[in-house]
Amino acid sequence: MKKVLEVNNLSVSFQTYGGEVQAVRDVNFELHEGETLAIVGESGSGKSVTVQSIMRLLSMPPAKFKSGSILMNDEDIVTMSEAQMEKVRGQEMGMIFQDPMTSLNPTMKIGRQITEGLIKHQGMSKKDALERGIELLRLVGIPNPESRIHQYPHEFSGGMRQRAMIAIALSCNPKILIADEPTTALDVTIQAQILELLRDLQQDMKTAIILITHDLGVVANAADRVAVMYGGKIVETGTVDEIFYAPKHPYTWGLLGSMPKLNDTKKELQSIPGTPPDLKDPPKGCPFAARCPYAMKVCDTYMPEYQHSSDTQKTACWLLDERAPKVNPPENIFVGGVKEHE
Amino acid sequence: MFKYILKRVGFIFISLFFIVTITFFLMQAAPGGPFTSERKVPPKIEEQLNEAYGLDEPLIIQYKDYLVNIVKWDFGPSFKQKGQSVNDIINRSFKYSLILGFEAIFLALSVGVFLGVLAALYHNKFGDYAAMIFAVLGISVPSFILAAVLQYTFAFKLGLFPIAKFDSFMHSILPAVALATTPLAFIARLMRASMLEVLNSDYIKTAKAKGLSSRVTIYRHGIRNAILPVVSYLGPLVTAILTGSFIIEKIFAIPGLGNEFVESITNRDYTVIMGTTVFFSILLLFSILIVDIIYGLIDPRIKITGSKGDQ
Repeated sequence: MKKVLEVNNLSVSFQTYGGEVQAVRDVNFELHEGETLAIVGESGSGKSVTVQSIMRLLSMPPAKFKSGSILMNDEDIVTMSEAQMEKVRGQEMGMIFQDPMTSLNPTMKIGRQITEGLIKHQGMSKKDALERGIELLRLVGIPNPESRIHQYPHEFSGGMRQRAMIAIALSCNPKILIADEPTTALDVTIQAQILELLRDLQQDMKTAIILITHDLGVVANAADRVAVMYGGKIVETGTVDEIFYAPKHPYTWGLLGSMPKLNDTKKELQSIPGTPPDLKDPPKGCPFAARCPYAMKVCDTYMPEYQHSSDTQKTACWLLDERAPKVNPPENIFVGGVKEHE
Repeated sequence: MFKYILKRVGFIFISLFFIVTITFFLMQAAPGGPFTSERKVPPKIEEQLNEAYGLDEPLIIQYKDYLVNIVKWDFGPSFKQKGQSVNDIINRSFKYSLILGFEAIFLALSVGVFLGVLAALYHNKFGDYAAMIFAVLGISVPSFILAAVLQYTFAFKLGLFPIAKFDSFMHSILPAVALATTPLAFIARLMRASMLEVLNSDYIKTAKAKGLSSRVTIYRHGIRNAILPVVSYLGPLVTAILTGSFIIEKIFAIPGLGNEFVESITNRDYTVIMGTTVFFSILLLFSILIVDIIYGLIDPRIKITGSKGDQ
């Protein structure tokens, strides 16, 4: 499969009055044509900053690229000029956001919001763009697109707005679609519809999707590969099967264990004790060491290297070192089988 | 839409009725009358004067007569300015206030919005600080002091503008600036706050993610949304500028309506008080109506409807 995006050693910081917040630290991943990569992790783990720096949507300053590169077609997004970026955004990659209630301009008709990109990137006339807009709305499953296109966002329901957002993001056939928690603000039935829509469109258009979420149900449902982020670092990556059936990192175990299960009769939900590290002064060693029940001395002082357990799975954890004691993942993380969703 | 406007105009007439009634009785409750002065007028003459102007009638009859006359758009003769009707006074002086008011509103709006947007775009940088220092000065320096300073520097010292009177466009610049500064500063602050909020909103990110240039993003997606609070401030602003202009009119010796309005109160010139009050009220009520209509045009979420289910 063709590689469409390659992120190498990316570090992004925010300059604040309180000091430098190292939101993303040394992140590496790649994205192939037509696949869905899910980035999971709790709030503040650097997921959104990572994808927003791919689109260069962070305002700089306060944000700043510390190091690394983001390669797309052998061109580095980090060093691109603003004018080049305008061609990349919308044309090469589209983005949909968490809250469809606020991500559309309330005082502009849906039609204009869809056609803007088409007119700019594909040089379409207003009339052609409007026709294409109607086509796109039909494609994302909005009934009566001919009349809907002349309406304002407040006349759409939440699910329809997210569909309209998808239509906007995909209007110029981008190679990459970044979906930053696209289903978090929607109710469960609409969530399923939106995910299904994304999957259908992906098959038709061969778009690669980066899906940010903290809902592992969504991951199981929609992703091909998973990257688990913690404390600004990717601690484990693998295919969706590897992450759910053979997770290696204690943080991944914790995430899977925190998922509520259908056949669980215990009242209290599982959680990972402790709080994420302060990224103004990130720990020298593994960021998860402070909360990890298996932490060793070495974890506090040295960041573990990635250990490959297969071609696709790699994990940054000292437990995988040959000198470390053998630790088996807790049993409770597999109960209930997340694969049931499929 | 038509139904809505009709309904609103109906409300305007009801409000006017209450304004006329309250002003009429408040005015009568104030001690003194148009013919009381330091030099005692012989009782016989005062009686005849009262009779000539209908002031000897019972209050309720005067009130009824007045209402009937207002409906006919006849505000009656002035008690103090001999041989002039209130309609004459309004016709003569309102055009000055109107020109001055429009210039001031235009200045306050255009410069205020510009400064606010500038401050938001250069948030926490030099442009922001400069615009906001200017705004704080504009809000805290009263217009009459500013007027005097402007007259002294630009008219007296530099001789760039005429110092007073209102004969040409050049005459109108200094008073318009003096009148506009406070609302201008207020609009700049309002615009800055709302622009900052809009610039941080998700739909601006969406617009950027589409690949629109930052200029298009700011103009097309930002300003229209950010200007809404300024538009709602326009109603009170129009009134404040039109009625508040009397100080400026006094300082620059402009024969405007604000001046007449204030003088009529000290003179107990009943008909002029009533006439100017009614006139200003009509202006205010209609300007609020216009602002509401504009608001509905800018923000589609505000529906202008005549009644339930009618759009």
